[in-house]
Amino acid sequence: MSTVLLTDKLPYCPGCTHHHVTRQTAKALEKLGVSPLDVVLVTDIGCHGIADAVFATHTVHGLHGRSTAIAAGIAMALPAGKKVVVFIGDGGATIGLQHILEAARMNVPLTVVVHNNFLYGMTGGQPSGLTPPEFKTMVAPEGTHLPHHNLCELVHEAGAAFAARVVGLGDFSSTLADAFAQDGFALVEVLEMCTSYTPKFNPDFKLRQVAEAAGYAVGSWTNPPRPPFRLQFRGGKPSLLSQLKLVARQENVGLMRRLAIVLAGSAGEGVQYAAESLARAAVSGGLHATKKGSYPVTVGVGFSAAEILLSPHPIRYHGITEPDFLVITSEDGLHWAKPKLATMRSGRVFVDASLPQLESPVPVERRDFRTPFGAKNAALLALATVAQEEAFLPEALVATFDPRAKVATPKS
Amino acid sequence: MTNGRWTLVDGSRLITESLAQAGADAFVGYPITPASWIYQYASRRFPVALAAPDEITTLQWMSGLAAAGHLPVTSTSFPGLALMVESINMAYMMELPMVIVLVQRLGPATGTATAGAQGDVQLVASLISGGYPLPVFCISDFADCWRLPPRALQTAVDARTPVILLTSKEMVMTQRDFDLATLPPVPPVERRFYDKAEAYQPYATSPDVPVPPFLPVGQGHQVRLTASTHDCRGLIQHTSPEAMANTRRLQTKVETLTPALFELDEQENAETLVVAYDVTAEAARDAVAALRQQGLSVSLFVPKTLWPIPSQYHAIFERYRHLVFAEENLQGQWARLLFGHRLPPKVRTVTSVGAMISPQAIAQEVPI
Repeated sequence: MSTVLLTDKLPYCPGCTHHHVTRQTAKALEKLGVSPLDVVLVTDIGCHGIADAVFATHTVHGLHGRSTAIAAGIAMALPAGKKVVVFIGDGGATIGLQHILEAARMNVPLTVVVHNNFLYGMTGGQPSGLTPPEFKTMVAPEGTHLPHHNLCELVHEAGAAFAARVVGLGDFSSTLADAFAQDGFALVEVLEMCTSYTPKFNPDFKLRQVAEAAGYAVGSWTNPPRPPFRLQFRGGKPSLLSQLKLVARQENVGLMRRLAIVLAGSAGEGVQYAAESLARAAVSGGLHATKKGSYPVTVGVGFSAAEILLSPHPIRYHGITEPDFLVITSEDGLHWAKPKLATMRSGRVFVDASLPQLESPVPVERRDFRTPFGAKNAALLALATVAQEEAFLPEALVATFDPRAKVATPKS
Repeated sequence: MTNGRWTLVDGSRLITESLAQAGADAFVGYPITPASWIYQYASRRFPVALAAPDEITTLQWMSGLAAAGHLPVTSTSFPGLALMVESINMAYMMELPMVIVLVQRLGPATGTATAGAQGDVQLVASLISGGYPLPVFCISDFADCWRLPPRALQTAVDARTPVILLTSKEMVMTQRDFDLATLPPVPPVERRFYDKAEAYQPYATSPDVPVPPFLPVGQGHQVRLTASTHDCRGLIQHTSPEAMANTRRLQTKVETLTPALFELDEQENAETLVVAYDVTAEAARDAVAALRQQGLSVSLFVPKTLWPIPSQYHAIFERYRHLVFAEENLQGQWARLLFGHRLPPKVRTVTSVGAMISPQAIAQEVPI
């Protein structure tokens, strides 16, 4: 009596080689002396996926093609000694190829048993990525004339500890046992025949001959041992809040109204840092502040912009329709800010002196932001200049981020 | 010098820290703007953080981790969620706890990654095939960034279900001054596992609790998990009465165990109720405050539980002559979920795509 199977009666069509794979799997696990409750069988969608009920192991039955991925999640979290086995068909291996390759690359300790009967048996016999070129199916009655994936080669290349291909006849439990014994990723591809659909479209089908003609080499392939991917849960990491720089907050420095500043410059020129520095200085002056950045997906090139909102009252809505000050430090910034500039009805624009003359509905102040301390400090100098000239922050707070206060001699 | 521990902080950091303190122990990430800050923070803070190769794998690994007894979290935006949908259905049917932080951005499709939106509300309310409800909580301010994640995680555990924690770009990628001293400690979620000697049935419930006890795979009792229609043992059935009763239970379970979380700021004699969630709730708070300063009586409702609709919501709405829904999407998705596509005359909507809704826009719609 099997310790792994609950019954001799299996749910497959008469003559289907799935019977054989199920029994050989049980035999291999028994050979290794594994307790069924140390085994998690994960089944895919397909005829093999109805095997759950006959197994005394834990069973997990998920989505088409995704069995290897959920199995990987389980296997990486279980302690050594547990066995995770995936039953998947050639269709599931096709749609879920990425999951198989990823598990092989990571060396997740599990074994994928591929039931490769060259077709989708549950849905009427359609070809998969593992169907031999001349093999005929319902929707490809002349064959696909396309090469099939070589799954064993693919997983071997991806780093599988063990890969093997067997013809699903005779006793191949030793090969399965070799796979299950690995503490790493293993895959066994079993070549099979679907008794319902194969003879219908391939009347002279002989499994070994077709496999050989298709170049499905029988054998096993191993990679040098490497550690399995098993998770180490490390609690007690420092709080993300403990890493925050605290701001010594004074009473309100005197700003009586909400002030919106938009800073537009170039990536790599300290725009976000400058905006954050201004916000931080304002908070230390008892104000409330929000700051958000805007930049293209290529964060290292192009524009970099920031919106800063300062207020004597707590800020809830932090959108800026029209800035009080639009500060432009580079050509990238100017290009980005132009639409915003065109709609301004009030406020003031501060622009670097090197930039072309602007058509602006509001007053424009031209200042040299880029030369005194270089482009990298242009954003800081610009915000410090505006804060000082518009006097919305006291000198002492401006000095906390003003490059003029930190460097005695400006660059020549 | 004022009291407190003031700093500049973004919502992503608060959400991530709160989830970690609440006991979420595994983060599975796939990068996508505007959800990547949470991923970055989680990689430094969570006991385990994994880099998945795509969002389908993300949800599958999370399901595997949940099956093994962990509490996984991910963060994503619409394009990633779209890939996760089938797997979320799987986790829902298997009854696996997890939290998906959905950071909304401007769509359709890839839309604009760095523009905020509230365009996925109808999607998440209809995510489960057949109309089964998924708990959806929505963050409406920085305090919620701290308070709601543990509620989401506890609901995931209590109801054995995936939970969506909804937010948007402007909430999680904006820094603001914040007093850390106002953050209460986060109690770890309470969780119990099946501990009886009798054989375990993964989907068997007691008459008064619609959720079966949980037991991870790999332990002393056989555990069967399945995404297909199944009986109490976890074995596939076609549409047997037992299996269909088990599937129907999923609705009852989520409706019973999703807490009704909301903010209700009512004024006597107010005839108008302003309704807003997510970052628009902040604009609504400003709008209501401004109207009150003008001497107008107006009430405010900020739902934190967006789905399933708690039974008391409609009772609140019925008290008002006018309802003003402010939502950053095309037609007022949540209003439509509540009232249908032909909105009753008492419902007005303030909508926007590609720009935040301002307090002025909301105030304009409040009848004087």
